[in-house]
Amino acid sequence: MLDHLPILQVIVPLLAAPACLLLNNARLAWLFACLAGLISLVISVALLVQVQQSGVISYMLGSWEAPWGIEYRIDLLSAYVLLIISSLGTIVLLAANTGIRQEIAADKQSLFYVLYLLCMAGLLGIVATGDIFNVFVFLEISSLATYALVAFGRDRRALLAAYQYLIVGTIGATFLLIGIGLLYSMTGTLNIEDMANRLPVDTNSGTVYTAFIFMIVGIGLKLALFPLHLWLPNTYTYAPSIVTAFLAATATKVAIYLLIRVQFSIFGADFGGELIQPIFIVLGLLGVFVASTVAIKQSNIKRLFAYSSVAQIGYMIIGIGIGTSLSLQGTLLHLFNHALMKGALFLALAAVVYRIGSTDRTCFNGLAKHMPWTMAAIVIAGLSLIGVPLTVGFISKWYLVLASIDSGMWPVALLIVLGSLLAVYYVWALVESAYFGKADASATSSAPIKEAPLGLLIPLWLLVIANVYFGIDTRLPLEASASAASFLMGGGQ
Amino acid sequence: MVVTALAIVRVSDLFAAVMLSGIYGLLSASFFVALDAVDVAFTEAAVGAGIFPLLMMLVLGVTGRYEKTKLVPIKADVVKKLALVLALLVTGALLVFGTLDMPIFGAADAPAQQHVNIRYIQQSPTEIGIPNMVTSVLASYRGYDTFGEVLVIFTAAMGVLALFSSQLFSQVTASKNKAKNEMHEHNVLRIVSKMLIPFILLFAFYVQFHGEYGPGGGFQAGVIFAAGIILYTMLYGLDKARQVIKPTVLRVLCALGVFIYGTTGVVSMLAGGNFLDYSVLANDPVIGQHLGILVIELGVGITIAAGMILIFFAFSQQAETQLGEQ
Repeated sequence: MLDHLPILQVIVPLLAAPACLLLNNARLAWLFACLAGLISLVISVALLVQVQQSGVISYMLGSWEAPWGIEYRIDLLSAYVLLIISSLGTIVLLAANTGIRQEIAADKQSLFYVLYLLCMAGLLGIVATGDIFNVFVFLEISSLATYALVAFGRDRRALLAAYQYLIVGTIGATFLLIGIGLLYSMTGTLNIEDMANRLPVDTNSGTVYTAFIFMIVGIGLKLALFPLHLWLPNTYTYAPSIVTAFLAATATKVAIYLLIRVQFSIFGADFGGELIQPIFIVLGLLGVFVASTVAIKQSNIKRLFAYSSVAQIGYMIIGIGIGTSLSLQGTLLHLFNHALMKGALFLALAAVVYRIGSTDRTCFNGLAKHMPWTMAAIVIAGLSLIGVPLTVGFISKWYLVLASIDSGMWPVALLIVLGSLLAVYYVWALVESAYFGKADASATSSAPIKEAPLGLLIPLWLLVIANVYFGIDTRLPLEASASAASFLMGGGQ
Repeated sequence: MVVTALAIVRVSDLFAAVMLSGIYGLLSASFFVALDAVDVAFTEAAVGAGIFPLLMMLVLGVTGRYEKTKLVPIKADVVKKLALVLALLVTGALLVFGTLDMPIFGAADAPAQQHVNIRYIQQSPTEIGIPNMVTSVLASYRGYDTFGEVLVIFTAAMGVLALFSSQLFSQVTASKNKAKNEMHEHNVLRIVSKMLIPFILLFAFYVQFHGEYGPGGGFQAGVIFAAGIILYTMLYGLDKARQVIKPTVLRVLCALGVFIYGTTGVVSMLAGGNFLDYSVLANDPVIGQHLGILVIELGVGITIAAGMILIFFAFSQQAETQLGEQ
């Protein structure tokens, strides 16, 4: 069975989805989904160990050898991202039973789990596959599931947000498909590795450049690369909080993975380097500053952290833009760390929504008295977001700063640190109102607000502890990201 | 096709727009035939010219026939408009630029003809043993992609169910809605369709099981079958159709098709092959391939048909509820 781990990673949640539909009972569906999630988590750990010990795993679907058939190809990078998706996806799923109780109608909850599993399997499929068209197919699965998940939101504006996202996401996917089609016309293959070998990079072919641009823009739409991020704040704000936590922790990470895959594994690290790298750095920095500044002004805390996500994506893009092994490691670290901190923050907001029903800034006044554990979680995850030492956020920013100094880009390093100051500002404003603010009179007159239920607190604190643990004991993410980064820079072989 | 596309954008009568897009679908289907891609053409004809206009017409039944241009004045400022035009121009120019030095379509020395294709064409008759190579590629060489596509349809059906009310599955409200449907008066249509529908369904089965030999297969068959049921629903109303096929049964069928496909893969794994390796399903690899393709096409057909009908039911339920409220 060990040989089949790559495919099991994806088809366990994939086949669990229709099973959840047949169960047609929200609680049973939740338990079953959690089981599937845990199994896929175990598989991803096993895969990472296997890859670290024995190198790239290749699995031929239908036993047709690549490039004729579809290949599943797990290298260090994909094993690392698989671990992020399956762990975060499962932890958020554990909180889902409690988390969606207030936000999704009872008769639709089992459908929620069906779509959640489909989305997770789709994301896993994108990462596990070594075939570019297969990427597109699984991108469609995960995207369609995401649109429906977003539309579950109670607020009627959720529908509009889902629709916006659908339009933008479809344009992104179409661009990606055009790029894939052009590449196929130039290489006659769809297998990523085979494509990389056959691609005439040096011939200055207009078709290849066009394919490159279309793919980068398409993926840019998906990952909310500044200035293509406009769909993200609405989507994150109006989606059910559990869905926001899931998307923030996994979906954008997969898009970043795809960007790295396309840039480094298909076109090669040097392709379009002198042109695309400055663009990435500038867009990344702009993303950090513009999104952080906008975040400060938000009165809805969910929207605040949505903008903060755009800013964090900016940091990852800077890492790709600098384009050294060290900076790429910074990006990969931030991939992992951002998943941890945003997962924790949005789960904490889910707890607030559960008790209060809103994430408006005024609701947070004096909330620390009533919900001490939830607020403490926000503080720790917020510190991590800023990048305070002893939290994970520090490690990745440290590596990004190191990498930019290493490449002689002093201004970039300075700007990264400055960008973090903006995060200090918006996190502090929130903490201040929660701990020192006074609740307005109308709120105190009603029944006292209780701490969030354990069903939410336990998954939340799992993530918070991970935020601190991996900030101190940095071996796991450091080793995995370092070897993945050097693997990518070594020509993708 | 260009003229039709322009007309779709210009026209403010949405009904005409839907009809035009149906024509567009049919035109692109003929275009695909001209390119010798009959399987694609078949799918495009069934989806683009078949199911799509049907679903859109149903949507129009809910939203109304004309664009509400007067209610929603377009206030986009000049900068935004310019940016949009610029983005479109750049995209278009890039597309043209990209195709300039693309290998000539159909040229024998184009990379697309030189690599994986050769094996598909030369060896698939002996490796898989069915005449329709498109089916070979679709169902076996790249069978996992097809599995993914089936799941896309499954996901879409689930998404639509998630959006609309779950009234569809409760039996109580079924016959309460006596919404007036104009179609009920059309006796000629009803009689003609009564004669046609059995043949449509029969044709669907033919396409389903003939996919190995000619153009066709589970996708097209599922869509055609669904079109037959949808035609019935449009003429006789949702209540009658729900008596013929219960929505709860459809939901089970939709999942069942995915299971059939997935289980085929798992069984081949248990039999010692890789996921979706049909060769191990029988003693003779070629017979195993036959068997595998037949089974998974069945799974495809079931999920597609059930998914399409479910989507249609969900829409018409919504339409009837809205009419009932008015």
